[in-house]
Amino acid sequence: MTAPAGQVGPPLWLLAELTYRCPLQCPYCSNPLDYASQEHELNTEQWLDVLRQGRAMGAAQLGFSGGEPLVRQDLPELIAGARELGYYTNLITSGLGLTEGKVQAFAEAGLDHIQVSFQASDPELNNAVAGSRKAFEQKLAMARAVKAAGYPMVLNFVIHRHNIHQMNDILALCENLDADYVELATCQYYGWAFKNREGLMPSKAQLVQAEQEVNGYRDDLRNRGRPMKVIFVTPDYYEERPKACMNGWGNLFLTVAPDGTALPCHSARLLPIDFPNVQSQSLNDIWYHSPGFNHYRGDSWMPEPCRSCDEKDKDFGGCRCQAYLLTGNADNADPVCSKSPHHDRILAARTAADHATAGLDDLIYRNARNSKLLYRG
Amino acid sequence: MTLEKTPKLRRGFRFQWEPVQQSHVLLYPEGMVKLNGSAGAILAEVDGVRPVHEIIRTLEQQFPDAGPLAADVEAFLAEAVQHQWIELS
Ligand code: SF4
Ligand code: SF4
Repeated sequence: MTAPAGQVGPPLWLLAELTYRCPLQCPYCSNPLDYASQEHELNTEQWLDVLRQGRAMGAAQLGFSGGEPLVRQDLPELIAGARELGYYTNLITSGLGLTEGKVQAFAEAGLDHIQVSFQASDPELNNAVAGSRKAFEQKLAMARAVKAAGYPMVLNFVIHRHNIHQMNDILALCENLDADYVELATCQYYGWAFKNREGLMPSKAQLVQAEQEVNGYRDDLRNRGRPMKVIFVTPDYYEERPKACMNGWGNLFLTVAPDGTALPCHSARLLPIDFPNVQSQSLNDIWYHSPGFNHYRGDSWMPEPCRSCDEKDKDFGGCRCQAYLLTGNADNADPVCSKSPHHDRILAARTAADHATAGLDDLIYRNARNSKLLYRG
Repeated sequence: MTLEKTPKLRRGFRFQWEPVQQSHVLLYPEGMVKLNGSAGAILAEVDGVRPVHEIIRTLEQQFPDAGPLAADVEAFLAEAVQHQWIELS
């Protein structure tokens, strides 16, 4: 279970969201809806300091993400600094802004791994979802460059109702690109994805079909002796028990947002909780002593039905952000749970997904104009 | 498993000591395994150069009180191959 404050383990995993800037406009982006009004970013020295502090506390895995981390001109310096500190360094990128030269330079700086995200298996759909005409070709070229440079390659696809029929094509594309791992991550409904949920959520029938295709392809890979690993993250909206979100609040994961706000997970910013900033407090203080990080540690905060539930050590009551978005109170059980009095909200979303007709044009794309429109106040 | 084969960490895997966890770990894309003492001691000898029988001999010298180690080492390496942490050549 989540350790009560006082017996808290170290943050083994650090996610550095270097920037919210991004050339793409994915309608499922997990960045905050008001990202466009949060332009302040930590500078190079501040990031290096965060990395040093995190490493000293025990963080070993480091993700550089965003937004698109490549828009940070100091990325090579940050990679080199991180590697020297002993981190395993992961770059999570859309591939836009990447060049063969950079792929090489990052390798020399010690980057361990590059994950390239795609939106679909064909250029039309990919570019429509990404909101960029040249994205697909660029992604293909960069996936090839990543592989050629000898990195282990993870290809990531966010799956939703408009590309869920493409499983076989997606996996064939990945095989063709010689991926080592493929992540088929069905949309999680936070940030922009929550705004667009009706237009993104697959129906149960679509999901069942997709699972069959993925399992079939896995068997096929095994028979052909191909070591490509396929991870299919199914949507929790079709579960009866919630996920053990982040392995427990403030348990392993520490995210630092572009402006230095420290978060227990990358979407926690939407919660009505004051989270500390690395510019005014040490990372150690933040992790072990801040009210924000201690808020949902342990289980004494839990109301019913979680409080007296014998499964609370397993799932910690699910996801706080999901509880907040769907019930208005982040303390509540995650409505994914069939014991939650708000489970009907999940059932309603499933029904809506069975009847949804919205096309790609009806989605709200993640861009500065929409961000400002949504937050004009 | 043949004793003549040489184990090597697969591309993208890194083995290192973590002082905070007081243990060896294996790091790979977006993942980390914390290794117990004996797994750590074995993987510390996997350098892509020395074959299994030499690794066994080195470990037996390192831990003279442990008795013959061949079976344990081979079992662990077989498991590591299965997890796709290492490859044998
Ligand atoms: S999800 Fe899309 S829009 Fe959001 S940061 Fe990633 S690439 Fe950019
Ligand atoms: S009631 Fe709460 S603790 Fe019990 S299974 Fe549901 S979410 Fe988990």
